[in-house]
Amino acid sequence: MQDYLFYIFSALTLLCGALIILSRNPINSAMFLVLSIASMAGLFVLLHAFFLAAVQVLVYAGAVMVLFLFVIMLLDLKVEQRRRINAFGAVTGLLAVGVIVWVMVTTMLGTSLPAVTEVLRHEGGTEPLGTLLFHQYVLPFEILSVLLLVAMVGAILLSKKDLK
Amino acid sequence: MSPVGPHHYLIVSGLLFSLGLLGVIMRRNLLVIYMCLELMLNAANLALVALSHFNGKLDGQIMVFFIITVAAAEVAVGLALIVALYRKRQTAHVEDLTSLKF
Repeated sequence: MQDYLFYIFSALTLLCGALIILSRNPINSAMFLVLSIASMAGLFVLLHAFFLAAVQVLVYAGAVMVLFLFVIMLLDLKVEQRRRINAFGAVTGLLAVGVIVWVMVTTMLGTSLPAVTEVLRHEGGTEPLGTLLFHQYVLPFEILSVLLLVAMVGAILLSKKDLK
Repeated sequence: MSPVGPHHYLIVSGLLFSLGLLGVIMRRNLLVIYMCLELMLNAANLALVALSHFNGKLDGQIMVFFIITVAAAEVAVGLALIVALYRKRQTAHVEDLTSLKF
């Protein structure tokens, strides 16, 4: 059952990822990104990362995508009219990405990875993750809060009217 | 069908990363390029969560938690940059932004 769910969710994620690139309207791309992220949250649940699945839906599919849609509608982007695709760029891009896929797949298949472990059944819940976060990773957590503050100040400064 | 192992997840993650890279290379709209960047970040997240699960350790998931936070901050700043750029140039196409081109 879990295997079928894995195939369904990963197919959905990859399909929506492809449709992000293929759809011309930026709003459609954003919607497909939401679908892709939501199905990736399903993959997280299959990996017992329950808290991260919730955070993925809340932060990515919620906050980040609302921000994206807000900017798309603010800028009032039309459907891309100019579709004269640079043939040289397309061919070289496809070639480069194909080589990268080949390198990654051969490396991944050639490496021996740990087999499926059945040790931690309750892993990835809020409690073990929070314990680890506030004991071992407390310093990075605090640094991250400073980073968020810096990003907030930066975003406010950038959206000022007269940008110097 | 063989049981789903770490390889399956890693290959899905690699394919998703390449899709994002392809989008960054092929598309000409700044916002769509930005979305494809998010897709690449998500592919890395998937690989980290998969390896964290199959190793039986939670450190990878903490890493993903940090990455999600950094990505949210990055989106806020990046979209503010795009809006500022649009105000100045009235365009969101990379073909029109060539003042740094040699």
